[in-house]
Amino acid sequence: MSTPEAPPNVRIITFAEAIREAIAEEMRRDKLVFVIGEDVAEAGTVFKVLVGLVEEFGPQRVIDSPISEAGITGLGVGAAITGMRPIVDIMFGDFITLTMDQMVNQAAKTHYMSGGKLKVPMVLRTTLGASRRSAAQHSQSLHAWFSHIPGLKVVIPSTPYDAKGLMKTAIRDDNPVAIFEDKMLYQTKGPVPEGEYTIPFGVADIKRSGSDITLVATSSMVQVALEAAEVLAGLGISAEVVDPRTMVPLDRQALVDSAKKTSRAIVIDEGYQGYGVTAELASVIADGAFYYLDAPVKRMGAMDVPVPFSPVLEDLTVPTAQGVVEMAKALCNKN
Amino acid sequence: MTQSTLANEFDYSSVDREQWLHMYEQMCKIRAFEENANELYLSRKMPGLTHLYIGQEAVAVGVCEALRKDDYITSTHRGHGHCVAKGASLDRMFAELLGKEAGYCRGKGGSMHIADQDTGNLGANAIVGGSAGIATGAGMSIKMRGTDQVSICFFGDGALGQGLLYETMNMAQLWQYPVIYVCENNQYNEYTHNRETAAGSLKARAEAFGIHSQEVDGQDVRAVYATMQRLVARARGGEGPAFLLCQTYRFLGHHVGDVNREYYRSKEEETYWKSERDPLKNLVAWMTAAGLAETSLFAQIEQDVQAAVTAAVDFALNAPYPQLEEVTQHVYA
Repeated sequence: MSTPEAPPNVRIITFAEAIREAIAEEMRRDKLVFVIGEDVAEAGTVFKVLVGLVEEFGPQRVIDSPISEAGITGLGVGAAITGMRPIVDIMFGDFITLTMDQMVNQAAKTHYMSGGKLKVPMVLRTTLGASRRSAAQHSQSLHAWFSHIPGLKVVIPSTPYDAKGLMKTAIRDDNPVAIFEDKMLYQTKGPVPEGEYTIPFGVADIKRSGSDITLVATSSMVQVALEAAEVLAGLGISAEVVDPRTMVPLDRQALVDSAKKTSRAIVIDEGYQGYGVTAELASVIADGAFYYLDAPVKRMGAMDVPVPFSPVLEDLTVPTAQGVVEMAKALCNKN
Repeated sequence: MTQSTLANEFDYSSVDREQWLHMYEQMCKIRAFEENANELYLSRKMPGLTHLYIGQEAVAVGVCEALRKDDYITSTHRGHGHCVAKGASLDRMFAELLGKEAGYCRGKGGSMHIADQDTGNLGANAIVGGSAGIATGAGMSIKMRGTDQVSICFFGDGALGQGLLYETMNMAQLWQYPVIYVCENNQYNEYTHNRETAAGSLKARAEAFGIHSQEVDGQDVRAVYATMQRLVARARGGEGPAFLLCQTYRFLGHHVGDVNREYYRSKEEETYWKSERDPLKNLVAWMTAAGLAETSLFAQIEQDVQAAVTAAVDFALNAPYPQLEEVTQHVYA
């Protein structure tokens, strides 16, 4: 990834730094915000994303927890209902399996079941993404699971700029919000302006404009799509890269508008392809842009296998820029 | 039946006669509420099923009598008793059971999800043990906000099989949260006696975390109240969480449809608890013997409660259902 040029008031910082800045700013702004999770304090998380927070805010607001994902998520729900604004840190996205009852049956339903009386202003931050040679229980992208549940909002940023703005919005939201951060993006850099900004949920971002084909891509796959678009440009195919940025709420109109403009679309996401995010997004496009499409909407997700350890196998399971190029060429009859 | 040491030390004469009568009235309310809920089910006026609290009234009332309005509780699928004891209105509770807009949750929660933040009720919960996180998180929030509230987690012996309870008890003790875990041991996990589901000592589970633990006769509202007074004072004073094991009994089935119960427990057992261990009768017998009240006074209380419950049922039956557009409201705040 090339480092973009930065205007004077814009710094080039990493994705991890952007997340940390967002949380620190919100903790300074609002005393009710706190972080709880495994190794979040002195260790600053296993990915070092939160380094420095405990020094500034103290162990009462940056809380190292036991290895009890269900328990800390439950504490977050209870603290949120009674006036706090917790950020629950779940070290790996795979471990959200352990939080499911608290997120799905408690956090997501409390507001509705109480007839709108109780609120759960809580953020669950966790990771997604393969390619770290971490095998089947530390590599999954399970954001579709939460996206399936009414009452939860799901955020899936792809750049440092988006990560910071969306994290701040998540912390200020009065609903349970899950934010999935790609582990492989933490050290990537991008422009982030000085000072305060937030990014609203439900607003997609056009990461690259184009006219021949739409590449809808999420999180880690945005970079894959951008690389593919660069290659396609050399082949005379103009690809537009659309990043929904939030799964719930979803900017359906942006997806449909882009597909109407280009008449072709591929949806790329690192979750398992079967019954996944790509199916939902492809359906939105197929419904909304049917009469404008010159080809079926195609999907590229993670291969439907447990993520294997061996590098030669693992690399087969995740969509690649080359794979996107081949599919785009086929859709555009440029083979 | 085991009496807690604390309860034995407690001087019952220190409690005002009016307060005992209030506890009796609260227990009557719960029983009458449940009898009417059962009738609404049998007459097919109530959608779905419900889980009746009859037999366990002394636990909810003894616990909640020791609380302030701004203290929190979390409740269970068998939650009507907790809700009444914490101060909810019967008319809005019945309206919720019938799915009416006037219900505490606008008819969207039903029997198993009544929440009433005005009385500190953070909600009944249909996942067994599912509220342990919420109650403990409320305790965390109390400590962080620096108030002197307490948070009560009601759950049954069935919840002792759930891991969440132990994860949260561990943290409550580690960080000294003002949470009191009230285990109502009515002996049955639905249709299975807990001797088939729970290994070892129930109380020792909390003690393993170093949590201050008490066992009490859950059919004696005096004992429950007296013990809770101490536990609440401890928690308010920053001395951390507690575990209260209340030995009790569910007089009726797991839910209103669980009528033929001989395959999992005997009629003799039920008869014993109903005739010898009824918490309402127990309190009347003690107060009468102690010369605190005449029999006629209890009859008057029962009559007044019946009238109030009948009016509440009528209110709910006549209340309108929610507007259909409500179905998509309140998914998000």
